[in-house]
Amino acid sequence: MRKLYFSNIVAFLFLFATSVFAQSEHHSATSATADSTVAVHGVEATAEHAPGAEAHAEGKVDLGHMIMHHIADDHKWEFAHGIGVHLPVIAYTKDGVKVFSSSKLEDEHGNPVAYEGLILEHGKLHAEDGSHVLDLSITKNVASLLVSAVLLLLIFISVGNAYKERGTKAPKGLQSWLEPIIIFIRDEVVKNSIGEKHYRRFLPYLLTLFFFIWINNLLGLLPGGANVTGNIAVTLVLSVLTLLITNLNGKSTYWGHIFAMPGVPKWLLVILTPVEIIGVFTKPVSLMIRLFANITAGHIIMLSFIGLIFILKIWMVTPVISAFAVFMNIIELLVAFLQAFIFTLLTASYIGSAVEEHHHDDHH
Amino acid sequence: MELLTPDLGLIFWQLVVFGLLFFVLAKFAWKPIIASLHEREESIESALALAAKTREEMAELKAGNEKLLVEARAERDGILKAAKEASDKMISDAKAEAQKAASAEIEKARVAFEQEKASAVASIRKETAALSLEIAEKILRNQLADRSAQEKLVTDLLSDAKLN
Repeated sequence: MRKLYFSNIVAFLFLFATSVFAQSEHHSATSATADSTVAVHGVEATAEHAPGAEAHAEGKVDLGHMIMHHIADDHKWEFAHGIGVHLPVIAYTKDGVKVFSSSKLEDEHGNPVAYEGLILEHGKLHAEDGSHVLDLSITKNVASLLVSAVLLLLIFISVGNAYKERGTKAPKGLQSWLEPIIIFIRDEVVKNSIGEKHYRRFLPYLLTLFFFIWINNLLGLLPGGANVTGNIAVTLVLSVLTLLITNLNGKSTYWGHIFAMPGVPKWLLVILTPVEIIGVFTKPVSLMIRLFANITAGHIIMLSFIGLIFILKIWMVTPVISAFAVFMNIIELLVAFLQAFIFTLLTASYIGSAVEEHHHDDHH
Repeated sequence: MELLTPDLGLIFWQLVVFGLLFFVLAKFAWKPIIASLHEREESIESALALAAKTREEMAELKAGNEKLLVEARAERDGILKAAKEASDKMISDAKAEAQKAASAEIEKARVAFEQEKASAVASIRKETAALSLEIAEKILRNQLADRSAQEKLVTDLLSDAKLN
């Protein structure tokens, strides 16, 4: 767990330095962009504040806006400035389902225009008449999600076939590259947390979870990649699944620890039981925020470093900033693995505590 | 707040995509992978166990061989020792017997020699007495051939008798 925070601390130090630098030039800089961003995480808030503040004051490069635009979801996938594809819009409105290209929603200058009574406001689809619209569009994140799903299917079904064909023979190629990781997740994460008796039931889900998060983290680091695992909707679904799996598999020991902690005086349960009930929900919430915040912070750091070049406008700093950016990128590669690992490990340990059948007779 | 507001659309897609991914991967990837890994691990484990067992058996066999060898060596030494003892005894017995036989032979020879010597001495003595008598007879016959000599002798003898 300690390692987990290392990159954040490093990132924070760098960004702290950056923000001091920025503020020394623009003392009065307060950014509207920063205000619109909620400080979920110290790193994000700092990252958002520094370059955004500066950009706003100069009024030329709106870096805060650029960064927000990059980490947020969108109806088109922009790989580089001006190069991108318009993704399909699927909207469930009061007039039924509407499907069309998102290119219809903007004019040649990229300004939003209304189409079939729908218009984009700050990247969100709204009905012109104010009625409720359910936006099921294939957005940038959904498209990236689909790409990652196809990649995962291709990789693991081919690996699965390799296992079927080769039987008990030694692994080969992609199979031998992934086998240590699969075994690591199985033995060190799942078996250790859940125990020999129950781990088999949860292994397929946890393997899917780990590789899903990992590959999406990695895809997000690619230039032009989407910020899938840094999107709260994605982490929300994953953590709700953890919540459901944990509690639906809860044994009597688990519920006993929540509603009547053994070995605790009765009067203390009045305080302890509500805390434990809150704990049931805070665990998945922490999972949701941890993954979202770490990945989003990583994206913001990378974009901030690159943005610095445009703010400072001194070509001499380019190598230094590039070196920083490369360094951060390497750290982010580590974080990509680490966050997938942490999410899986914690989910496995929550499941492990739920299925545990340990009798605390000695405590009574 | 925009960052922290989950989009319903993305929640929907994430559920659908992740759910489908899970079911497809569970059936077509994880099932063969987990089964195969388990099978391989078991086969490796059993192979290792077999190897360990074989090694143990080999060690046992070797220990048995060594024991046999030691026993055989001890037996050989015993046999050799016994044989040596037997041969030594034989030799010494033979020597003693030979010595005994030799000394007996020598004794016999000595006794025979003594007897021969005694009989020879006796016969010489007898011969010598006969010869002396013969010589004395011949001398006496010669000396008493005439009458006077005989008378003289008688006279001498008588005179000697008188003196006594």
